[in-house]
Amino acid sequence: MEQFFQQLTNGLAVGGIYALIALGYTMVYGVLKLINFAHGDLFTIGAYLGLTLLTSLSLTDRLGPFWGVVALAAMAMGLVALVGALLERVAYRPLRESPRLSAVVSALGASIFLSNAVMLMYGARFHVYPQDLLPKITLDLFGLQLPLVRVLILAASLVMMTALYLFIQKTRIGTAIRAAAIDQGAARLMGIDVDRVILLVFLIGPALGGVAGVMVGIYYGQINFTMGWTYGLKAFTAAILGGIGNIPGAMVGGLLLGVIEAMGAAYISIAWKDAIAFCILIAILIVRPTGLLGERVAEKV
Amino acid sequence: MMDRTKYLYLAGTVVLAAAPAVLNTYWVDVLNNVGMYAILGLSLNLIVGHAGLFNLGHAAFYAIGAYTAAILNSHFHIPVLWLLPLSALTAGLFALMIARPIIHLRGDYLCIVTIGVGEIVRIALINNVFGITGGANGIFGIDRPQIFGWVIRRPQEFYYLIWLFLMVTVFLLQRLENSRFGRALNYLREDETAAEGSGIHTAHYKLMAFVIGAAWAGMVGNIFAAKMTIISPESFSFWESVLMFTLVILGGSGSIPGVLLGALLIIGLPELFRGFANARMAIFGVAMVAMMIFRTGGILPARPRTYRLPQPAAAVEAKP
Repeated sequence: MEQFFQQLTNGLAVGGIYALIALGYTMVYGVLKLINFAHGDLFTIGAYLGLTLLTSLSLTDRLGPFWGVVALAAMAMGLVALVGALLERVAYRPLRESPRLSAVVSALGASIFLSNAVMLMYGARFHVYPQDLLPKITLDLFGLQLPLVRVLILAASLVMMTALYLFIQKTRIGTAIRAAAIDQGAARLMGIDVDRVILLVFLIGPALGGVAGVMVGIYYGQINFTMGWTYGLKAFTAAILGGIGNIPGAMVGGLLLGVIEAMGAAYISIAWKDAIAFCILIAILIVRPTGLLGERVAEKV
Repeated sequence: MMDRTKYLYLAGTVVLAAAPAVLNTYWVDVLNNVGMYAILGLSLNLIVGHAGLFNLGHAAFYAIGAYTAAILNSHFHIPVLWLLPLSALTAGLFALMIARPIIHLRGDYLCIVTIGVGEIVRIALINNVFGITGGANGIFGIDRPQIFGWVIRRPQEFYYLIWLFLMVTVFLLQRLENSRFGRALNYLREDETAAEGSGIHTAHYKLMAFVIGAAWAGMVGNIFAAKMTIISPESFSFWESVLMFTLVILGGSGSIPGVLLGALLIIGLPELFRGFANARMAIFGVAMVAMMIFRTGGILPARPRTYRLPQPAAAVEAKP
């Protein structure tokens, strides 16, 4: 029971992080039909920028632990969003009319460049987040111990996901994004500036990915320049699990994947932890290619 | 016209055959790598370039071929080169097994599944699956290949083995391209709906291309195992798949000369930039993006094929 509870909450916290990254994949895929391979590296950049901001501005000393971390997350979001927009402008916009394979290769190239740029700037070794960032409080829930960090991470990701969901569903701009995802040509005819929608998607997605990077730094305490690859792939699996192009799907998929992975690691084998995600991915694509909530149909030919 | 290409090929062969005599061991070894990646690239080209299937997990098949050779050689001492067909068979069977249910998936889904398969294979190898893969340390003590009792040991000797294999590959693939099979692939890549309408069983041809490509990669794996005498899961990371994929796309997918050039550039060029060591990969990434923006089809894109119908003699004479 104890172990189950710990794994469940841990899985939910990690799942929240997966979900935030998955949103970036799914939004870009929804509008551009492109797997943005560089998205995982934007997540890495978020983690590293967060660390730099943290050590250079000493935010938590000035604003207190809670607001300090919030300010840090907001700044990391803003900066990574800019990197994302730049990436779109440089690596993807010129290829919008090209065959899809070219855009995929460009995305791979961008991914290689970004992760190695991080390595050149920060070095190849692991970097450590300060451990006293958030007070080490453990909540006591009917005799079950629950670290505060875990709760905060899950809560923060849920808040951001809800905000995004409301933004997409209720605002005019959100409607424009949905319209562009369904049919770009028709959206253009309705007077929607599709270029701006794409830019916006490349601001929101990376912002969420960047903040996920900061979360991983706080949660696990250490970051590395190659971590974007693993997290990116897991998050992409989460996006497919929920149905790619589908925003609530990415959220559900992320949380589900986090929990399944944590349970698998605890009850099956920790050595096979990374393989579990991929096995699920393949099973989903064979049995139900649209994902759990997906409307988009993987073309059967 | 025909003569010129013939001379070009002849000159190329002479230069290649003479290369080990002029170059030092280090560069011969670089050329060995170029040759191996060229074969891997050509095998992937059949899948990516001809059948139009995004495969970013080609290293998995390469790994299976290598491990087949390594396991059977180290346990039963079967000469490595005898195991070539078996390496091809296991890699091909594995490809058939995994590709059969997913072959109908659209481009990027297939791409992500192949990435997943590549990772699963690597993790399985690390975890010493069935207790025969040696875990993270891999397998060592693989025998050197022998041809009629002559042991191939030095890089210069491997050079001839690998480049001979490459030449055979190019020859066979060229034949394949112009066969009924190759024409069917060309058709379904250009316009799948039309191909299907003309009675081409698209799923069957795609699957065949996938399996043949994978089997070929398995054979390269065999040679790799024999060359290194030690193999470990690290040699078959996702990065290897990316390298193969990139060299196909950069060189020109669907074109044999393009893939050869791609292998030379991707494997050979970074050796020249060893001085930059760390920045090398970053430059590589930028080059990939720039390449796709400025020359989408690759450096030597596949030329549209022209076929002439055999004209009846009377019609030719009737021409003014």
